[in-house]
Formats: sequence, structure tokens, C-alpha cells
Amino acid sequence: MNQDDLANIAVQTKQNDSRYDHVIKVCVAAGCLSANSEQVKTQLESEVKQRGLEGCCKVKGVGCMGLCAAGPLVANEGNEKMFQSVTPADAAAIIDDVVDHKPAPSAIVMDSNLDFFKRQKKIVLENSGEIDPERIEDYIAADGYEALFHVITMLNPAEVIEQITKSGLRGRGGAGFPTGLKWITVAKASGNRKYVICNADEGDPGAFMDRSVLESDPHRVLEGMAIAGYAVGAEKGFIYCRAEYPLAVKRLRVAIREAENIGLLGLNIGDTHFDFKVEVRLGAGAFVCGEETALIASIEGGRGTPRPRPPFPAQQGLWGDPTLINNVETFANIPPIIRRGGEWFASIGTEKSKGTKVFALAGRVKNTGLIEVPMGVTLREIIFKLGGGIPDGRRFKAVQSGGPSGGCVPEQYLDIPVDYDSLASVGSIMGSGGMIVMDDTSCMVDVARFFMDFCMSESCGKCVPCRVGTTQMHNILDRITKGKAGPKDLELLQRLTGMVKAASLCGLGQTAPNPTLTTLRYFMDEYRAHIEEGRCPAGVCHPAKAEAEVSA
Amino acid sequence: MNTESGVDICTLIIENHECGGRSNQTILEVAEENGIFIPTLCRLAGLSNIGACRMCLVEVKGSNKLMPACVTKIQEGMEVTVNSERLAEYRKLTLEMLLSERNHICSVCVANGHCDLQSLAQKLGVNHITMPYIHPLMPVDASHPRFIADHNRCILCTRCVRVCQEIEGAHTWDLMSRGTKALVISDMNKPWGESESCTGCGKCVQVCPTGALSEKGQAAGEMLKRRSFLPYLSMMREVGK
Repeated sequence: MNQDDLANIAVQTKQNDSRYDHVIKVCVAAGCLSANSEQVKTQLESEVKQRGLEGCCKVKGVGCMGLCAAGPLVANEGNEKMFQSVTPADAAAIIDDVVDHKPAPSAIVMDSNLDFFKRQKKIVLENSGEIDPERIEDYIAADGYEALFHVITMLNPAEVIEQITKSGLRGRGGAGFPTGLKWITVAKASGNRKYVICNADEGDPGAFMDRSVLESDPHRVLEGMAIAGYAVGAEKGFIYCRAEYPLAVKRLRVAIREAENIGLLGLNIGDTHFDFKVEVRLGAGAFVCGEETALIASIEGGRGTPRPRPPFPAQQGLWGDPTLINNVETFANIPPIIRRGGEWFASIGTEKSKGTKVFALAGRVKNTGLIEVPMGVTLREIIFKLGGGIPDGRRFKAVQSGGPSGGCVPEQYLDIPVDYDSLASVGSIMGSGGMIVMDDTSCMVDVARFFMDFCMSESCGKCVPCRVGTTQMHNILDRITKGKAGPKDLELLQRLTGMVKAASLCGLGQTAPNPTLTTLRYFMDEYRAHIEEGRCPAGVCHPAKAEAEVSA
Repeated sequence: MNTESGVDICTLIIENHECGGRSNQTILEVAEENGIFIPTLCRLAGLSNIGACRMCLVEVKGSNKLMPACVTKIQEGMEVTVNSERLAEYRKLTLEMLLSERNHICSVCVANGHCDLQSLAQKLGVNHITMPYIHPLMPVDASHPRFIADHNRCILCTRCVRVCQEIEGAHTWDLMSRGTKALVISDMNKPWGESESCTGCGKCVQVCPTGALSEKGQAAGEMLKRRSFLPYLSMMREVGK
């Protein structure tokens, strides 16, 4: 395999595709698959066959198109025509519409000019919903592996890292550490063997960005990892993916096999001396294994618990060797940065947060699904323009970003730009990209209790502040929602939040108090209403009733 | 100045004392050499350090994070604060958390008067607890002919796990489950008496800071822990490497 072979595959795939006048794309990512999109695809295929259109109309399974709430989604090649909530029975109508221009019933026609689609800027998701994730040829035809070839034939490792540093890319896993700096540290670290790890242990409730990327465009992540391997001097990569993502794991394995078969992974990639092998390792469902040192322990076969840093994995990681750990979305950004240059990437976003960010929009918002927006757009734009606002005429109350490690941002901060530093300034975090919108039917004490419950169950139990602190905080929050708490509980809760944040061993404990801290800061009146008046303003908890039950 | 390869002599300030040490030493080691007390609990000299109990957290000037003294290596020019209002509050809360987590009723405990948790609480002035008790009912394993494991007294410091793995080489003990449900288990959660890997050496019992692991036939307050073997054996291990 050399650069000409790669170009040949791209040309041939494009030629094959251009034989078709019409391409009908059916989403086969997990969201739409669970809504029966596989049958929709089969029905479309047999309909095409029945009408004898095999020569001019192609039905193709593609990755996530984003608007998961309206799935299963079907679209034509240029996305001018989109169909929502499709059932197998709609197959004939869709082919009528796409091929014969007979409009399909309005119930399944979706407006492709929605703000949800038009206001996005796609870099990470550029191939999602466009290519067949199980065909490497599709990825190559979309300029795939071009960046890897450029890197291994034209650049030395330092030049690769220079582009990444120039791009200003920051880690998309949550903490926002500058990616270039991390790569330099690993590249400079001394050691005979080095490793690249892709963190695909996405565990935040309501977040599914990484799953979607892996299911829709797995080769992009592999290419990013191979480039990283070349840049830092590693020959072995691991993808640590949670076992709850069986489809992502399957597609990754297909992708690795296909790439190895044509010499884009493995030994002597592109007829050079560069070797890079990738192995998938499955997580057994522990949230804490998303923490890098716990993840490493898990890959090594040990109990997935974190250890104090320093030493950082960049110096002493997997089996004690220097290890580069980046998140799925971070790796997915690498090929376009190499193809189009660091300056191009740095021209998008804000001064300190470059590029785009993928968010999983969920909760009380009309359009739930996956979006990719440039850094620096406001929360208001995301929720009310792309998200289409709050359904049923309810009133917006708060948006929770960053999952159990993040905070609840109230209405007065809706106009802050979405970037690492602005979100941190209001007590939340960018996190991995979960975004849960809440309206006035949500009780903020109950929300804080929910996230604390999650952290309590997921605490590994190694350090005392996280193990016992999250349990104590959860018990207090639980008592508040049940109307069994007094002012002293609130005082203790505040003492505990500060201590657990400062004294815990790893990020799980250090950020576990964030939902509680922000709700205490912005929604203290709701806490008071529960404790002092025995009343839940949102009507979710029944503090007074519980009290009556106790006294009865 | 270079001594061994890659090891430098560093000077630093710990709690207003000017100290010196080798760059491969931890803050805790240098503090102890200089007679400065830093409270510890999961740590036991002779075993590996894991920084889990968070008792030895110290403030290091220029860092906004608290550092566990038992695993943080010293650096030239470091300024370390061991006692501050904040650290005192956190240490008290940590002890309160441990005392509230499982059953630590001292008067009926075999280790009463010889317990690391108890003496540390006394030393740091924790004489009452401001948070509710959690007290789940934990199992007691008396299947071993000579020893008892009472998980109600366990603080999950993993000293037993480490001494068994690092010194005895048997790795009988390890952990199961997460969070407050975490449990120290023998073999693959078999009763201790049926363990095939346990050599019956009893090192785990001697290093246990509380009455969680004890010898049979002891009444309240009678379980004296004998740890004199540990420095010697860990030295042997270093020589053997």
C-alpha cells in the first residue's frame, strides 16, 4: 500500500458511487437501530429491487445524522430531502419522493433547513451520516488516511506535534489540557516502549458523543491514533471502550481488520518503517475507569482504581512506560488538523478554546440529539436555536453540562460563550459534552441528589473523602428531598462539598460536589423551601407528605 | 550535586523548617527525618504507599492542589505547609467519615487501646462525630482456625492486601465491589479458612490498623499488634531485587 494505491481506492469508490443517480442514506447508528432502522433499510432495498432500480438507486447504511429524537432518519445524498420517524411501511413513499419527486406524506418529511442542521459546523462529525462506517473505501473516498500518509512520508514527529500545538486543540475528554503539550511530553519522555491509548469509556449519564463517532466513523479515530503513535514514538495503541457499546466495539473491530488487511495499520504502514497496531480492550462498566490512571490499571488487568499523579501517564503510564491518553473526540480532530493545517483549526472558536465541540443535547428540549458547534457559541443559541427551545410552553430553568462532574447553569448565564474557561467561571465544566436541559418541572435538589447518587455508586472506594463523603452528601440530599432535613444538615453539606472537592484522590471525587455546589449557589431558595417550608417548588419531591407519613 | 544517577540533593522548607533530602524521597520521609509530624493511616513503613486515606495531605506553595505527603517526591525549593486551619478541618472530617462509615465502637473492640484509628482520632482531637452513622451490617469471617476478619471494623486501608502481596508473596487478600460496599476478600471471595493461597503467617493481622483482623481468643482491648518484623522483611525484599 502506497500513496498511489490509496488514491486509486478513492477514485474507484467515487466512480462506483457516481454510477447511481440516487443514494438513499439510512442511519444505522445505535439510536436509529433501536428504532428499527435495520428493517427500514431492508425494506428500502427490496423496494428498489422490485422496481428494478438497482442500477440507479443505492440504499446505504450510514452513521448518526444527529437528530436522534426523530429517528429512524433517512436522507438523500445531499441531505436536501430528509425523512423522520420512518417505518418499513414508508419505504415506497420515500422512493417515490427521492426518485420520482412525488412528495412523501408530510408526517415523515423533515425540514432539512432546521436551525438544528444549519447552525452546526462539522469537523469531527463531517463523515457521520455520510459514509458507511463498515466500509474503509468510503472513508478513503472522503480523504481518509490521507493525513496519515502525509505524516509518515513527509513530516518528522516534531513537525506533526508542531501542527497540533499550533491548532490550539485541547483535550475533549473534559479537563481541556492542551493536546500539543501532552504529545510533546510523551515524545520527550525516555523509554524503550511507548503507548497510545484512546479513552472510549464514555460514562456520563446523557452523553453519547464518543459512541456516535465510533459507530459512525471509526477509521477517523484509528487514523488519529496512528498519527499520534508516529508523533510520540509509539507502535502500539489501545482503545479502551466500555462493553455497553457493543455496536461501537463491533465496528471498531471491523475497521481495525479492514485497515490491517490493506496495510494502513500493522507493520510497515505505507511501505515505510512505521509500525502501529491497535487493540480494543473492554471496560466492565465502571465510571471511574474513565479516569486515566484507573483506565491504565484496568488495561493492565488490575482493579480499576486510580493512583495519585504525579507521576503522570505521559511519564509513567501503561506498564510503567510513557503513555499518551486522549479521548475519542480528540483523536477524531487530528486527521482534519493535519489535512488542513493547524492555523485553519485555530481560526475556529475562541481565543483560548479552538475548534468545535460535539454536544449530546438531552433533557427538556425539542430537538434532542448530537450537535457540533464552534467553541464560543452561547448556551442560549444551543438550547433555543439548535435545540428548538423548551417543549410544551414550559419555562427554562437550568442546563447541566459536563455530567456528574459538571454544574447546573441558571438562566442568567445563558449568554456566556461555551468554552472551557467561561463554563468554569460559573461553576460548571465543559466535560466530555453532555448537556441536559431542565425546565420548571425539575427540582434542583432532586437533580443534585440524582448526580450524587451516581457518584456514590461509582466511587471506587479507594480514598476516604470520595467513598464516605459522597455517601454522606447523598444521604443529606436524600433527607432534604424527603423533608427530613434541618438547617444543620445544610451546614454539614456545605462543609462536605468543600472537603471532598479538595481532598479526593482523583477527578471523580474532586468534581462530584459540582452539581450540589452549583445548585446550592444558584437555587438556594429551593433548598430552603424543602427544609424550612416542607415544600418542593417544582412539585417533584413530596417533603411535607413524607413528614406526615413519618408522624402517622 | 549528583549522588546516584538521576538523584539530586534538594533543600526545601517543611513547616518553616529548612530540610534537605534526596530527590527520590517523599515529603513524608523527609519530614519524619526532621521530626515533623504528619498524620498517616493507610501508610505503613515497609509497604508501598498508595495515598488513599488522605490524612497526610499537605499544602505545597505554588500548587492549588493538596498533595499526599506519602507519595509526593520532594523538589528543590519546595515550601510545604503541614498544619493549617484548612488541613486540620479536612483531617478531622476524614476521621469522622471513617468513624461514621462502619462500626467503630471502641469499648467492645479487641483493638481498643491499640488501634491506629483510635489513637489518631485522640491525637487530632476528634472526640465526637458531626455526621450521621452509616453502619451497614458487614460480615464477620471466623472460618480461619487462628484469625478473625470483622469487616465492620475495616477502614479499607489495604495494608493487609499489600503486606500479603508485597512481603509474604501470597496475595490472598484483595478488594471486591466499589464505594462503601467495597470489601476485602480472601482468594475469590472464599471464606478465609478455606483459602488455598493463605499461608497462615498472620502478617495481615499484625499490620491491620484496627480490630478488623485479629487473633482468636482475644477479649476487648487485648489485641496487641506486633509489627517489628516489617522493616526487616521489607529490607530483605529490597536486597533481593
